Amino acid sequence: MTFEEPNRDIPTVMIPPPQGDRVIDVHNLDFFYGKNQALWGIDLPVARNKVTALIGPSGCGKSTLLRTLNRIYDLYPGQTASGEIMFDGENILDQAKNSEQLRARIGMVFQRPTPFPMSIYDNIAFGVRLHRSVARAEMDEIVERSLVRAALWDEVKDKLATSGLGLSGGQQQRLCVARGIAINPDVLLLDEPASALDPLSTAKLESTLMELKDSLTIVIVTHNLQQAARISDYTGFMLLGKMIEFRPSSDAFVSPETKQMQDYITGRFG
Amino acid sequence: MTVTASKPANFDRRLHRRRKIYNYVFLALTGIATAIALIALALIMETLVVKGLAGMNIQVFTLSQPPPDMPGGLLNAIVGSLIMCAVGMVIALFIGILAGTWLAEYGDGTRLATVVRFLNDILISAPSILIGLFVYELLVRPFQGFSAAAGAVALALLAMPVATRATEDIMRLQPYALREAGMALGANRGLVIRSIIWRASTSGLMTGALLSFARISGETAPLLFTTLGNPFLSFRLNQPMAALPTTIFQFAMSAYDDWQRLAWAGALIIAVTVLTTNILGRALTRGSTQK
Amino acid sequence: MMSAMASAASPDHQTLPGAAAKPRNDTAFRWLCLGAVLAMMAALLGLVGSLVSGGWLALSHFGISFFTTSTWDPVADQYGAAAPIVGTLVTAFLALVLSLPVAVGVAVFLVEICPQGIARWLAIAVELLAGIPSIVYGMWGLFVLAPWFAANIQLPLMMAAQPGSWLESFISGVPNGANIFTASLILAVMILPYMAAILRELLMSVPSHMREAAYGLGCTQREVVVRIMLPYVQKSAIGAVMLGLGRALGETMAVTFIIGNSHNFPHSLFDSGSTISSTIANEFTEATGDMHLSALVALGLVLFMITFVTIALARLLLGRGGTK
Repeated sequence: MTFEEPNRDIPTVMIPPPQGDRVIDVHNLDFFYGKNQALWGIDLPVARNKVTALIGPSGCGKSTLLRTLNRIYDLYPGQTASGEIMFDGENILDQAKNSEQLRARIGMVFQRPTPFPMSIYDNIAFGVRLHRSVARAEMDEIVERSLVRAALWDEVKDKLATSGLGLSGGQQQRLCVARGIAINPDVLLLDEPASALDPLSTAKLESTLMELKDSLTIVIVTHNLQQAARISDYTGFMLLGKMIEFRPSSDAFVSPETKQMQDYITGRFG
Repeated sequence: MTVTASKPANFDRRLHRRRKIYNYVFLALTGIATAIALIALALIMETLVVKGLAGMNIQVFTLSQPPPDMPGGLLNAIVGSLIMCAVGMVIALFIGILAGTWLAEYGDGTRLATVVRFLNDILISAPSILIGLFVYELLVRPFQGFSAAAGAVALALLAMPVATRATEDIMRLQPYALREAGMALGANRGLVIRSIIWRASTSGLMTGALLSFARISGETAPLLFTTLGNPFLSFRLNQPMAALPTTIFQFAMSAYDDWQRLAWAGALIIAVTVLTTNILGRALTRGSTQK
Repeated sequence: MMSAMASAASPDHQTLPGAAAKPRNDTAFRWLCLGAVLAMMAALLGLVGSLVSGGWLALSHFGISFFTTSTWDPVADQYGAAAPIVGTLVTAFLALVLSLPVAVGVAVFLVEICPQGIARWLAIAVELLAGIPSIVYGMWGLFVLAPWFAANIQLPLMMAAQPGSWLESFISGVPNGANIFTASLILAVMILPYMAAILRELLMSVPSHMREAAYGLGCTQREVVVRIMLPYVQKSAIGAVMLGLGRALGETMAVTFIIGNSHNFPHSLFDSGSTISSTIANEFTEATGDMHLSALVALGLVLFMITFVTIALARLLLGRGGTK
């Protein structure tokens, strides 16, 4: 157990998006698992309608950071965050547990596909009905539109009434994306969404994400550098709980400044 | 710094408020359910402890069953229960451990194992009074008499499936590498099981034994028509013998105050025994293998 | 890895002296284990066989009327088992109805709501209570619940009821607290910790990523439990309930103390009655006639069949996982 801040002296590089374009702005965020500090003074600006990728070796805190953005860590007593996560003019860490509203606006897709034990249609309708009352006809429309956007419609349109558990892994994950976007959130968080998928399903999922970013802000955690390079606009590289380098993806994978990020993307460690 | 969202809210505040209220009601209901359960069980425990302690004195452990209105105790019943439980446990563990071993080691994947496992589960949950009827037909009627041996067999039949299940479960927890390591030394399967797997499973097997003991030590119904009961201290397996639970039943249903007091003392003794055994069993599991 | 494969393939391995000398030992041990298994099977078959052979006299003599009539008269040697059979089913179902909502509430509270530190201790308490011998519940029912119930519920209700009203016919009976309803109440308390413990284990088996996904969508605790977790364990939960029912059906001592032990067909909720197991427990040692004994064993056979179906269904639904 260490209370010492690791790699205090590593230089960090921040090339953030312009201030007016940010939908979420994280400032000086610390995170604790009980007494163990996992994040140290994180800054993360998230640009509107862009894809922001978080990369870094396992244990660097990228998933932890993602899980603070919709306060899902609230489920576990002992996990605490301090600092500032500005979203819609408010620090979401201040809000007294109004997590249902927050999660209506910041959705999440997890590492493992999590279809609920109900039909494909209801998997999507369930989330929508949590947040507003919708007539049947409109719901049909929402379900179809979400499945189309998640590139799943053609595969499931004839079996909407069957259980979501009967789909393949890749289909299940796209169902979870459809479920997330059906609520029409501002931001969608994805925690290594492709790590349990085969290459073909991964490719389909990636093209889905590319389509979505016209209308949606995406933050994705991934250990797959090619994936980050292919789909992201901004990339944050993390190491040992710190944000080491944050910059537009266009040059992040070509000319990283810090030695640590250079080493990481050239495969010298991690 | 202000950061604003581009879209209007995608949720209905009134709906959210309604859902929150439903949620509070639900939380309150589960809390009330838990309170009801705890109060009911606390009431029972309180009665048991208060009335049990009131009836408790040294004579309970030193004297045998009294005639009504005479001083007496539960010595004959306690000794009888200990003897029958001990004999029953020996039989149950002998058969149960071997059967569990077969299920875990030899029977894997066979149809017989599936059937046996299923029937064993049935036997675990079968009404205990039926075990009493069976043993009556098996050992009491043919020999024309109630006996402690019949009671012990009835208890053995109750403990056996529990021991079988516990043995199988605990042996399955042992890593396959352990068996391979033993076989690689040249030992045959049986030797590996007896000298390595059983030894590695010792604490788990002990837990199984304790749990099956806890299961049978409070059993009343199967003893009613097998050992019958005996007002005198007896050590003979071929004669009727008193057992604590049946004596409690007899005393509690009687009209005599001092018998009823003894019944409560006996009930407390049984409950404490069962609780202690269960706690011991858990402590053993906690201490060694991860559950 | 390489070295392990190499040693497994080495010729020394097959020629170790012990390996060649001891195959017979293994065979003997194996047969011993199989023998134990067969002994277990024999026990269950013997159980069924003895119930059938012992009850045959009564069943063949009375035929279907054994199940349809409720005259239980050892003096005239007439036996009809409808009353105890109905008593068994009614008390068990009533107990289940009373107990299930509370058990679900307890399980949900322990898994999803109560702080984990306290929940661990409460859970241990619940599991320990599930092991308390049923005779303790029975004595509490006889000495505490029945008098209290008679004085504070039954009598006031009977005074309040209009003669001839539906309420009166619903609650008529001897006001001593020993009746179908109190017996069900005791059974409910008895199976409560048992079912709560199994349901808690089932709820804990719901993968955490499932819960996170539901909360991540903006669910409240109620929605996560009711819409996601309970449906997720639905099949096993029904199995757990059936196990509880099986326990209530077969329970002897908790009921015998308090049901009133009357052979008449119960006419109201507060009427005394009997169950199969209470009838056997009360009469078996005193039965003298062959027909009386046989009728009691036949009752046992009926109980066995009812519980067998219940338990078998429960085990099939539960699978091999979260059971005790």
